[in-house]
Amino acid sequence: MKTEPAITQTTTEQEDVLAVKKMTPKQLKRTRRVRALKRFWEQFRQNKAGMAGLIILAFFVLMALYSIVAPKASLDPTLSAGPRLAGPSLRYPLGTQIDGLSVLSLVIEGSRISLFVGLAAAFISMALGTLIGMWAGYKSSITDVVLMRLTDVFLVIPWLALAIVLAAMFGQNFWIIILIIGITSWAGTARLVRAQVLSVKERTYIERSRALGGSDMHVVIKHVMPNLMPVIFANTILTIAIAILSESQLSFLGLGDPKSKSWGTVIEEAFQHGALSLHAWWWLMAPSLCIVLVVLAFTMVGFAMDEIINPRIRER
Amino acid sequence: MGTQRYVLGKLGQLFLTLLLILTMAFFLFRVWQPGDPVQTWARSQGARYTPEQLAAIRSDWGLDKSLPQQYVDFMKSSLTFNFGTSTVINPDASVSSLFASGMSKSLLLILTSTMASIVIGVLLGIYGGWRRQSKLDNSAMGVSMLLYAIPEFVLGMIFILIFAGVFQLFPSGLYQSPVAKPGLDHYIDIGRHMALPWLTLTLAFMGEFYLVMRSSLLDVLGEEYISLARAKGVREKYVLRRHAVPNALLPTITLVALSFGFILSGVITVELVFSYPGVGLLSYRALQFRDFNVLTGTFVIAVIAVLIANFIADLTYGYLDPRVRRA
Repeated sequence: MKTEPAITQTTTEQEDVLAVKKMTPKQLKRTRRVRALKRFWEQFRQNKAGMAGLIILAFFVLMALYSIVAPKASLDPTLSAGPRLAGPSLRYPLGTQIDGLSVLSLVIEGSRISLFVGLAAAFISMALGTLIGMWAGYKSSITDVVLMRLTDVFLVIPWLALAIVLAAMFGQNFWIIILIIGITSWAGTARLVRAQVLSVKERTYIERSRALGGSDMHVVIKHVMPNLMPVIFANTILTIAIAILSESQLSFLGLGDPKSKSWGTVIEEAFQHGALSLHAWWWLMAPSLCIVLVVLAFTMVGFAMDEIINPRIRER
Repeated sequence: MGTQRYVLGKLGQLFLTLLLILTMAFFLFRVWQPGDPVQTWARSQGARYTPEQLAAIRSDWGLDKSLPQQYVDFMKSSLTFNFGTSTVINPDASVSSLFASGMSKSLLLILTSTMASIVIGVLLGIYGGWRRQSKLDNSAMGVSMLLYAIPEFVLGMIFILIFAGVFQLFPSGLYQSPVAKPGLDHYIDIGRHMALPWLTLTLAFMGEFYLVMRSSLLDVLGEEYISLARAKGVREKYVLRRHAVPNALLPTITLVALSFGFILSGVITVELVFSYPGVGLLSYRALQFRDFNVLTGTFVIAVIAVLIANFIADLTYGYLDPRVRRA
């Protein structure tokens, strides 16, 4: 009885081999990728914290999507008819702020900005970090030394001090904030990617591809990159969390875009209007809670992915 | 001999990095700056200036010189902490004197809270990694992730609402009471004012250090030399104390030093929340009024602070790991 599952497994494997023989290389690659993704999902589903994070994220993504179609009239202080600084009630679940605007509307509108800034900044950081890390790791020698020296410099630049000066110079614009966060946060990714490239590039299949006449570009894109993708992806998820936190700090210091108010900007307005001494905790805490939940969710998903990708962590 | 060379090497590296960052800063702040800084300043003043007056201010700020000359001036003034006079927030006061008055207060806050969060975070992290998935580890893990996700200023505002608002245990801000108290009461007064910002910063960074130390220890515990020590019959306590912890501390030190930039940014927002009159609040006011001389000062001082933190980390690293200093 006990040997039965083993037998069925071998038959499926044999069928697999037969099926593989009929496939073109492209089909083969696709089925392999799909299977790897499925395996990844199966492992991810076992991770409670990761799944919880994913559900929280889904909630906020829906909120951000809804904010695109949500009526904007509720955000205009000249049209507001609500009571000023009213606590949470049925009509205003998260209370109202000083102009009588519903804090819930502000939070919904802010979700789009905060998430977008976080995603865009993390994307820039990922692109820069991957390019520089890969170039340094693959080329080695003098290029490596120069690029890593540059990375070390960016690693120690106190980002907020730089951001403050730049934002003061270039004005309070949403894209400037994205750019600043992206440019000051790629160094960690670059180091990680370089270390990965160094370990991958000595493997025989890389050598084989090069012996067959593959150019640097071909080897990197077709053989090195796919190997790095999981690590880069997990790292990017964690970078999004940091980027959202960074954005909230910049906004809290009054550097947020006044035309597109993120959660951080809502907190800043509340703080500057003295919400603390007015005891209008809902005005401060509703956007704060959103930031905490989203950052926590991204961190939990990132940690869960890290655990799956990095077998050394999983074994323990 | 090796030690001396190691220290000098690290010092040289520090200086080189500083020069590189300052050069980049020069191009960003001076060359790239959109618009004319003098015009921007004049507009912020709200008064009308004649072209002659503007030209005088321009030469006062050294902006009429050639670019290479400006570069030399910028480097010289940065390295001697001479950033000229404050243009907006406190005209006529020199930037360095403004920083000097806030620096001791900020240092008091940063050093004590960072020390506390490192010690508590690392000790808890050692325990958490050693007794992995014990009750304490699991709850510390949850709390750490939560603390990591809360922006420092939000944590500060929560403490104000609870401890200063509901319970009225501590003052919600400032460095001391408006009316100075005599003798010992003066220090107690300062301590009471510092309690909440201190607690905020300590807790805000503790979580991160816990996570870093815990994962670093877990990495080390999987190494073969730990199994070897156990196989030799070394008692568990000594395996932890002599074999695992020193090796696990190494990456932690690097990460702590690198997070110093984030600590500084946390300090700026926390000082704002508690209107604590340190360097952070000064920088915030400079930002509000676009006082570029003070902002440049903030940047240079922050860079130097981070570099010093990294230097100290390098020295500790060399002390703990003899391979590094002999190499």
